[in-house]
Amino acid sequence: MAETKPKPKLNKKAIDMAKQEPEVRNKNFSEVALGYTESEAQEEASRCLGCPKPMCQSGCPVEVPIPQFIKCIKEKNYAAGIQIIKTKNALPAVCGRVCPQEVQCQAKCIIGRVGEPVSIGRLERFLADWEQKNGAQLPPKVPLSGKKIAIIGAGPAGLTVAADLVKLGHEITMFEALHIGGGVLSYGIPEFRLPKAIVNNEISYVQKLGVDLRLGNLIGRIHTIPELLKNGYDAVFIGSGAGLPQFTGCPGENLGGIYSANEFLIRVNLMKAFQFPEYDTPIRIGKQVVVIGGGNVAMDCARSSIRLGSKVYLLYRRGREELPARHEEIENAEEEGLNCKFLSAPVEFYGDAKGWVRAMKCIAMELTEPDAKGRRGVKAVPGSEFIIDVDTVIIAIGQTPNPIIQRTTDGLQSDPRYGTITVNEVGKTSLDGVYAGGDVATGAATVISAMGAGKRAAKAIHEYLLNKK
Amino acid sequence: MYPIINKTELAPKIKLFEVKAPDVAAKSHPGQFLIVIHGEKGERIPLTICGYDLKNGTVSFAFHEVGKTTQDLGKLEPNQEIDNVTGPLGNPSEIKNFGKVLCVGGSVMIAPLLLQAKALKEAGNHVTTLLGARCKDFIMLEDEAKGYSDKVYIATDDGSKGNKGLDFLVELLKTEKFDRCIVMGPVILMKDISAITKPYGIPTVVTLTPIMIDGMGMCGVCRVTVGGKMLFGCVDGAEFDGHLVDFDELILRQRTMLPEERLSSVLAEMNGGCKCGRNKT
Repeated sequence: MAETKPKPKLNKKAIDMAKQEPEVRNKNFSEVALGYTESEAQEEASRCLGCPKPMCQSGCPVEVPIPQFIKCIKEKNYAAGIQIIKTKNALPAVCGRVCPQEVQCQAKCIIGRVGEPVSIGRLERFLADWEQKNGAQLPPKVPLSGKKIAIIGAGPAGLTVAADLVKLGHEITMFEALHIGGGVLSYGIPEFRLPKAIVNNEISYVQKLGVDLRLGNLIGRIHTIPELLKNGYDAVFIGSGAGLPQFTGCPGENLGGIYSANEFLIRVNLMKAFQFPEYDTPIRIGKQVVVIGGGNVAMDCARSSIRLGSKVYLLYRRGREELPARHEEIENAEEEGLNCKFLSAPVEFYGDAKGWVRAMKCIAMELTEPDAKGRRGVKAVPGSEFIIDVDTVIIAIGQTPNPIIQRTTDGLQSDPRYGTITVNEVGKTSLDGVYAGGDVATGAATVISAMGAGKRAAKAIHEYLLNKK
Repeated sequence: MYPIINKTELAPKIKLFEVKAPDVAAKSHPGQFLIVIHGEKGERIPLTICGYDLKNGTVSFAFHEVGKTTQDLGKLEPNQEIDNVTGPLGNPSEIKNFGKVLCVGGSVMIAPLLLQAKALKEAGNHVTTLLGARCKDFIMLEDEAKGYSDKVYIATDDGSKGNKGLDFLVELLKTEKFDRCIVMGPVILMKDISAITKPYGIPTVVTLTPIMIDGMGMCGVCRVTVGGKMLFGCVDGAEFDGHLVDFDELILRQRTMLPEERLSSVLAEMNGGCKCGRNKT
């Protein structure tokens, strides 16, 4: 009889990552999650079984070789570990922080069937932070291909395409409309979730690879896509994001004190209004804030408002179970003092003589039976209106793509209803040599899904250039 | 970086900068604007384009030193550089032969108005220009206005130069017909002129300059109600039908950050200037 192999010992419990205490962090904008120490990373890495057919990797939109980099952590070979990640992901310090790992790689981890999955995101962050401290190594330069590519938007999608294509020897110009690169990483996600020093480091890594980043260049106005193609660019990638805020359409929405999530976050994050008057851009926030919406952007607005000293209510038209935000973000927000008001929708806003919002009328909602897709709708409960006092409202009910590029590019097909640019599975648009990916093609989604789209588009653009005479 | 080529004082605390920005200049049209950002801690401010020179690759804009940001900007001298000039933004004005056009400009906005007046004149229009301001000190570019116009009127609030107030215009419209009116200036001027032209059905185009941050459709702080619809000053404008704009709402929205703006100015004065670390001369 053959001897049975000893089963590997399973450690079902993941190593916790230290966080700032709720009562401390809800008064500052420093990063909430503090990252693993070396010994914590070692211990967590040791939980990985190193499966020969890693399911985790298939759960990653950019297919990071997860068991390989975890093995490097076990061996304390951190430099090699980060290089393995960077073969697939140019922004690991970002992804280690803001990826929804619980529904991607970690959801597929085999240990997750019996206990807590390996904390892949935290380990990725550990390596990325190690590299930021110890200096990044640049890959060897490859011979130039002689092809020029214009990338529109320096957000997650654009940065990914730029990094992948510059490594293949193409000449890359990246046009960013704002005066700071990073897209949503800079203007949207708050400092306490993603420190801007980390984002700047990732951007400068992409620049060091040889990418020419031009800030304050709004494509569609300063140059158009047809002009870029005429003036020497062999291909164009559009990664301009979903920057156009949606409003509720309720009466009184133009009162002072009512911000779109974009305005609020741009002021606070990009322009650093939380440090006003040291920084010149102000933000006015009241004692009682209502954030309308239930996604990650709503959570970011709510948690920022708490840090600015306000009492914050989240108004969401569905129930807790239906909140689209990451579970971790909701938990963090509630620990910090967020009050949730579920099954409620806005009806009207009321202001004072100076045009500042003072109250709002809401109505109770109830869930309807799930539709064919399983998503439950909502309907208003007649006669259930109620009034709440409020002096700041933040509307976080979604963004759609900015229409400037679509309006200034003849023949570029887009969805008439949502404004998203129409692409095939590799990101090709209706125009030859023009690709798009990220929120501009899908509507508002996650950083990592934009990066995944960027990876596919980069591969397709490379093939297109090889075949192009 | 965008080097300042020329700096002119048009009136007390009103400055005109000509800045090297060839790509911006190449695409600029009357009616469009720029977002200017200076200093690591600076804010983004929208300024209407006053001119562009394709040969020299320059674009110019005027600003009134009313707050910390504009005061900081005003301290820069030729050969110094502005960190970022983004543009052109917004939609170009409609320039064609309308017939008889009345062009109205108020204080700092006289400078961009004349760019339009010039283009309208070149398009074959009969151009009547009205320069307005609080008092005579802020009536600027009178000679340029005469060069681009068939007729020039002056009006001041205090009557220190030309007509006192706008009553004369009410009288003028009783006898003279105009096919179009364009107004650039303080909101109150655009509101008043729109009210004056409305009974005569003169199509009146106003250039709105609400508070903006990105200036490209992202933040929505520049939203205005026009004909009952919510539009964005930056991407739907900056020009709108003056007879449809809800000016009272716009006036309130422009005041939303006044206390913060005042605080910034006071602190800047107390600290003896700006914090951008460049103007220690």
